[in-house]
Amino acid sequence: MGEPATPELLNLDDLRESGSGHTGRKHILSLLVENKPGVLARIAGLFARRGFNIDSLAVGPTDDARISRLTLTVDGATHPIDQVTKQLHKLINVIKIRDLQPDEAVARELALFKITADGDSRAQIMQFAEIFRGKIVDVHKRSLTVEVTGNDDKIEAFEEMVRPFGLIEMVRTGEIAVSRGKGTT
Amino acid sequence: MRAVDAIMECLKAEGVEHVFGLPGGANLPTYDALYDAGLRHIQCRHEQGAGHAAEGYAKASGRVGVALATSGPGATNLVTAIADAVMDSVPTVFITGQVRTDLLGTDGFQEADVTGITLPIVKHSIMIRDPEEIPTAIHEAFHIARTGRPGPVLVDIPQDLSRADIKYEPVDTLDLPGYAPTTEGNAKQIKLAAKALANARRPVIYAGGGVVNANASKELVELCTSDRFPVTCTLMGLGAFPAPHEQWLGMLGMHGTRAANYSMDEADLIVAIGARFDDRITGKLSEFAPRAKFIHIDVDPAEISKNVAAHIPIVGDAKAILPKLTIEYRALKADSGRLDGWWQRIDGWREKYPLAYEDSADSEIKPQRMIEALYEVTGGDAIVTSDVGQHQMWTAQYFHFDGPRKWINSGGLGTMGFGLPAAMGAKVAMPDANVICVAGDGSVAMNIQELATCVTEDIPIKVFIMNNGYLGMVRQWQELFWDRRYSSVDMGSSPDWVKLAEAYGATGLRAVDKGELTDVLKTAMETDGPVVCDVRVTPEENCYPMIPAGQAARDMVG
Repeated sequence: MGEPATPELLNLDDLRESGSGHTGRKHILSLLVENKPGVLARIAGLFARRGFNIDSLAVGPTDDARISRLTLTVDGATHPIDQVTKQLHKLINVIKIRDLQPDEAVARELALFKITADGDSRAQIMQFAEIFRGKIVDVHKRSLTVEVTGNDDKIEAFEEMVRPFGLIEMVRTGEIAVSRGKGTT
Repeated sequence: MRAVDAIMECLKAEGVEHVFGLPGGANLPTYDALYDAGLRHIQCRHEQGAGHAAEGYAKASGRVGVALATSGPGATNLVTAIADAVMDSVPTVFITGQVRTDLLGTDGFQEADVTGITLPIVKHSIMIRDPEEIPTAIHEAFHIARTGRPGPVLVDIPQDLSRADIKYEPVDTLDLPGYAPTTEGNAKQIKLAAKALANARRPVIYAGGGVVNANASKELVELCTSDRFPVTCTLMGLGAFPAPHEQWLGMLGMHGTRAANYSMDEADLIVAIGARFDDRITGKLSEFAPRAKFIHIDVDPAEISKNVAAHIPIVGDAKAILPKLTIEYRALKADSGRLDGWWQRIDGWREKYPLAYEDSADSEIKPQRMIEALYEVTGGDAIVTSDVGQHQMWTAQYFHFDGPRKWINSGGLGTMGFGLPAAMGAKVAMPDANVICVAGDGSVAMNIQELATCVTEDIPIKVFIMNNGYLGMVRQWQELFWDRRYSSVDMGSSPDWVKLAEAYGATGLRAVDKGELTDVLKTAMETDGPVVCDVRVTPEENCYPMIPAGQAARDMVG
């Protein structure tokens, strides 16, 4: 530019934008929240009004009765995860948020599949269930109910396998996750 | 002790001296306790008025404003004020009565789920389920309202719980594991910011309401004057940097000056301090400050990179960060001469596009002239509140605010009817200050009932109605962007404001002629008690300059 400036300092052109942006992958957000009335409504309301979608949500108690654990999966291709977590942090009842990387966490989901099963298909379904380490939890003259646990890829693979037999109903819990190793999530 | 008496103890422990509100069925116990609690209660005529009064009180003084309301309609009437307080980060606590616990969820008389209704517009809310929780809840509410990014906190108390007997002991510790605002600012980031400033050739400091909230005006001035950094403020930040200063570019944004908006457009480095890149500032986001890198200082991390991606984010309190940034910057001993070219460019704009208007050839009072006259008459020594619309923008442009907390308006939510009750609250907080409200003839009607409060409670505010017979800003948009199809903007037969003022027991004055304007305004300022001054101005004057909505700074018109 030829104009005088302080030398050997920071070239503005070298500055890079921080944070924000889309990551393009699935994020599992593990939240510790105070176990108080209305906390879930605050979180659901926040997602609704900021236009964020929750792909799955699982809520349960922790070993501390005052604290609950929420596990949310959010699509980082359509949402700026940075904004999602920062907005969640603004809720007073949210104590901690961990954005779990896929390779540093174990994620599991439980699903129940009610499948049409008569004659020949029954044996095939039972075989698939075995391959997927599923359990037959209910048997009826014309149907079987199979319990499968795993990450969402596995659940979806099983769904694909049994759909041709006639999938009457599928119920999923939503993923839960813990970090790998000794440290807490 | 009754829980409500404990509430009074908690309020006093929080330093509360004034509360605004209205009693009703569900908060009768609270009002019984208030009867001899030694707090001054300002009995408003409408809960919305009480809410805005609490906001005005908070904005003028920096203390937490408090408003009380009963359940159902009392609580829902507070909703606009709560939304306003969250948008403009006003430290406020709202305490509402709720129906008895045995009626909750039964659609009982005057039942409304106010915690549910206000969920998206509060910083936090607490629904009381156990009377023993009440003292802690009150203290939590104050702590959350005033710390970090300030905001409204609602405490909803069922009537039966509020009259229950509790074991009250002063609360000295709060357990809020999920709440710990960052205040200090990262030292490495501050160093980096100083370096960026030292190497910027076309820097602009863009300060918002956060600087006022942080009481960091002095620190802002020190940073800006540590070199010759050009400064602009948002509507909410006016006064954070003194308007008469030579480094002052004027307000930026939709009705800001060309110097401010063009500087943002051509800047190579923008330092945003307590500002949030609202659409009224950025205009078309994709064309906003296309050459600039951004340093963003804010106490709320969620504001950083929300609308505009920051290159150097600094989370924390402006009051803590700005002095450190100033020290780091001074240590670099940057060559001030690098800014010469930039100032030449800016001075060119200032010279070519000063804020100006064409005065009337006859005796008609131009609205801009009205604000100039108010500025002259008060010598700028006043706290000024406003409603929302043309009068608000003209006041922002022509009343040259030279200090913080002198300009109180509804920026984020844009609430018509804010000004009069806010002035009332400001006057209660700052009884020795001149408190004036500049209102429109459209908006003043929205909370005019609070004039009765001002008269009854002896709150001598001066209300100046910029009377153009229109919902002026909407009319302006219809003129400019909707083919002059004036749909429902003519105020028709507005009341006779002088008679109305007199009916309320206030003084009414009127100015219709340019020649009498200054004298009438003087009389208004010198008259004891609340005054309403009806100033008849040019009906179809437009507020310029203007960036049409959704366009870029370069597209400014007028």
